[in-house]
Order: sequence, then structure tokens, then C-alpha cells
Amino acid sequence: MIKVENLYKDFGPTIKVLKDCNFTFEDGKTYAIVGSSGGGKSTLIRCLNCLEQPTSGSVYLDDIKVNEPKTDLNKIREKMGMVFQNFNLFSHMNVKKNIMYALVKVKKMNKEEAEKKALALLEQVGMSHRVDSYPHKLSGGEKQRVAIARALAMDPEVLLCDEPTSALDPEMTTEVLKVLKNLSHTGLTMIVVTHEMNFAREVADYILYMDGGEIIECSTPQEFFAEAKTQRARQFVSNML
Amino acid sequence: MINMENIIEWWAFIVAGLEITIKLSLVSACLGVVLGLVSAFLSKKKFIGVFIRGYIDLFRGTPVYFQLYFCHYAVPILFGIQSLNPAVTAVLVFGLNSGAYLSEIMRAGLEGIDKGQEEAAKALGVSQKDITKDILIPQAIRNVLPALVNEFITLTKETSVVSAIGLNDMMKRYTFVVADTYSPLEPLLIIGVAYYVLNKILSFGGKQLERKLSYD
Ligand SMILES: Nc1ncnc2c1ncn2[C@@H]1O[C@H](COP(=O)(O)OP(=O)(O)O)[C@@H](O)[C@H]1O
Ligand SMILES: [Mg+2]
Repeated sequence: MIKVENLYKDFGPTIKVLKDCNFTFEDGKTYAIVGSSGGGKSTLIRCLNCLEQPTSGSVYLDDIKVNEPKTDLNKIREKMGMVFQNFNLFSHMNVKKNIMYALVKVKKMNKEEAEKKALALLEQVGMSHRVDSYPHKLSGGEKQRVAIARALAMDPEVLLCDEPTSALDPEMTTEVLKVLKNLSHTGLTMIVVTHEMNFAREVADYILYMDGGEIIECSTPQEFFAEAKTQRARQFVSNML
Repeated sequence: MINMENIIEWWAFIVAGLEITIKLSLVSACLGVVLGLVSAFLSKKKFIGVFIRGYIDLFRGTPVYFQLYFCHYAVPILFGIQSLNPAVTAVLVFGLNSGAYLSEIMRAGLEGIDKGQEEAAKALGVSQKDITKDILIPQAIRNVLPALVNEFITLTKETSVVSAIGLNDMMKRYTFVVADTYSPLEPLLIIGVAYYVLNKILSFGGKQLERKLSYD
């Protein structure tokens, strides 16, 4: 469970991005965060694992305060996988090593075990045929599937995805969304910033609508697309459809 | 004109001076890479950055020949100490000198790595120390490999001034030979060919290394 309380994030004295966000992400659920660009979606999701340090307020993972100097942030981050818009694979490591690296380094797994785990995960995301390739040889969709496998390797409780398909063409988008859809049934908590309304509708348990740095509303997909609670969300939906 | 006998008699003696050139260049290059990396990381820090930038500025602002003399003759007087062993002086001077040049290069190499990889590693729970060691440094070095090879080749040529503080490299051996034969032509030809061949071999090796380290 991730709890966000009175969360504010400023970039310098004049750029105030997140304004008093409050929300609880329940275990095992899939959340789609939607909203126009510049609304603070990335900033919110990046505050959850402290890639951005919140200006004030709190983020809790299972009652441990994440943005607290005393907390071992690396331990927290192990439990929160992250998938980025630009994949961010390690370009000097091949596909298999990309996945093994943190297993060996962070989880202190031995090489053989790590390799076995990497290969199993690559199979799961349909990437068994490219285990020895370097990232620059892969298509965008392939890179993103490897990046997902890399995040899953740590056995996270939560998977944070920031626009995982925005850099992909439609065909690759489909293959990546399929992987994410399958994951949503595994008990993993997923928080996905996305512009793919069909994905939000079909896969998410809840849709969070953000605008102007605030969480405007949280609804089930049915509610959200048929009769969102707020005028702003209804306006957003009608613009999207 | 060219006295073949002189060449046959002296070439092995002169070329043996390459040993010191190669050893000195290797050790200095390693020191230079380490110093270059450290300064690339630290030159933007508030306090220590001032010293690092001062060091880079001084070593880039004076010729290496001067630096060698200064270390060998002036530093002992300044600090009231004995002169260091000339080989140690040479390693220090050439290491510091190439470190000053490599820091710029290394900084460019580090800046060529997109921020996202560091974030991805952080998000996996990797410590900053491991990120630096396993993600940043290997890629930075790979990014600037051609410049590194170039710096190494420059070093092998620049070290030809160490004869001035008594190290027994090819240029020093030249003076011995001329004192014996009164003929500068043959030893100079030998030295020219030796340096040229060495540098061809090094640039070929550099290309091979680049190929080997490319991500294919
Ligand atoms: N590092 C930063 N420095 C300054 N402004 C930023 C930074 N990151 C984001 N912002 C600003 O914060 C606002 C929200 O950005 P973001 O969270 O990326 O929105 P979204 O992901 O919803 O498109 C934008 O106006 C953006 O310009
Ligand atoms: Mg964004």
C-alpha cells in the first residue's frame, strides 16, 4: 500500500507543481493516472520512489515513510519497480545483463541464479530470442519489454510506469500493453501514467485524473468514462474520445 | 652518407630505450585516467572543485617540459626535500599533466550518458557508489576511448623530454651514441623509425580495442 499525504512539490520558488495531493494506492490494484500533459503526473509518480524529493508532505510504503532521511531508500526502491517512457536500459550491457545487474548487485544473488531468473523473465515478456543483444539493436517495444522484465526481476510490490508506450508506434504499443495487462492479474500493484484510454478502460481498477498538480478525482473506469464526478474530468474525457 | 655499420652496431642499444618510454607512458596514462575521472566528478563541487579547477588550469597553462624541470629542480628547494627519483618525478608529472587534459575529456564522456540510465539504476535500489562504478565510469571510458588512445599516443611522444632529468630513453641514448661516433644521422633515423612504428602499433591496437568494446 502506498499512501500519499499532503504532498507538495516545487521546482524552485516559482514553479509549484504538486499541490496538496492525498491518495492511497491499495495493494494488488491497477491504477491509471491520466490528464493533460503538464498536469504533474510524472512528478507525482517520481515522488513515490523519491526520484524527485517532495517539498513537503509524506509518502508511505506499507507505513514506512519513504521521504525520510533515516529510511533506507534503496531498500524501498527495491520494492517499487519503475518503467520509464524512454526505457533507460543500460546501453553497455546486453539484455540478459541488464536484468542480472541489480539482482547480483542489490539482491546479492549469485550469477547462475540471477541468469536463470533473467531468462525466465525474458521468456515471460516474450524476449527470449534477444537475450544476448545490446539495447541499441532492439526496437522500442522490445526495449520496453526488457525494461519491464528488469523491473520485475526485483520482485517489487509495486510497479510504477511513466507513459510506458508514449515513445512507441501503435504496433509496439499493443505488445507492451499486453505485457502490462497480463501483469495486472498477478497481484502486483500497478500505477501507470498513460494516454492510452482503452488501456485505462480495460485494465485499470481505478482511474486517477490529475490536472494543475492536483488529483482531481479517482473513479472506476465505468464511472470515469460514462459520468465522471467532476466537470474538469468530464471535459477531459470528451476531449479524449 | 648513411653509415650502415653505425646502424647495425647501435640500433639495439637505442631501441632498448623504448622500454622506459612504454613503461612511463603506461603508468602515467593509468594515473592520468584516474586523476581525469576524479577531477571530472569533483570539478563541479563547491569547495574541492576550486582546487581541482586550479590544478587543471596550472597544468594546462604551462608546458610539460617546464613542469618536469620544476618538479625535479624547484620543488625540492621549495619544500627543503631531496630530489625524488627521476622516474617517480616523471610519472607524477606526466600523470598529473595528462590527468588535467583527460578531465575535460572524461567530463564530456560522462555528459554523453543520458540521465535516464542513472535514474533507472536508482529506481532498482542500486547505490550511488555502484552506479558510478558500474554504469557511469565504464560508459564514460567507452565514450571517449578514441580520445584516450590519442592521449596515450601523445604521451609516448611527449615523454621524449625525460632525458633532460637523466632517464635513459632513446633521446638520452642518442647523446651517448653521438659522443662515440660523432655522427647524429644514424641514431636519429633509428629513433624516428622506432617512434613512428610504436605509434602506428598503438593506433592499430586502439582501433582493435574500440572494435572489441563496441556494443554488438
Ligand atoms: N525538473 C523540473 N524543473 C522544473 N520544472 C519541472 C521539472 N519537472 C517538471 N516540471 C514542470 O512541472 C509541471 C508538471 O510536469 P510533469 O509532472 O512532467 O507533468 P505530466 O507528466 O503530467 O505531463 C510541468 O509544468 C513541468 O514543466
Ligand atoms: Mg509526464
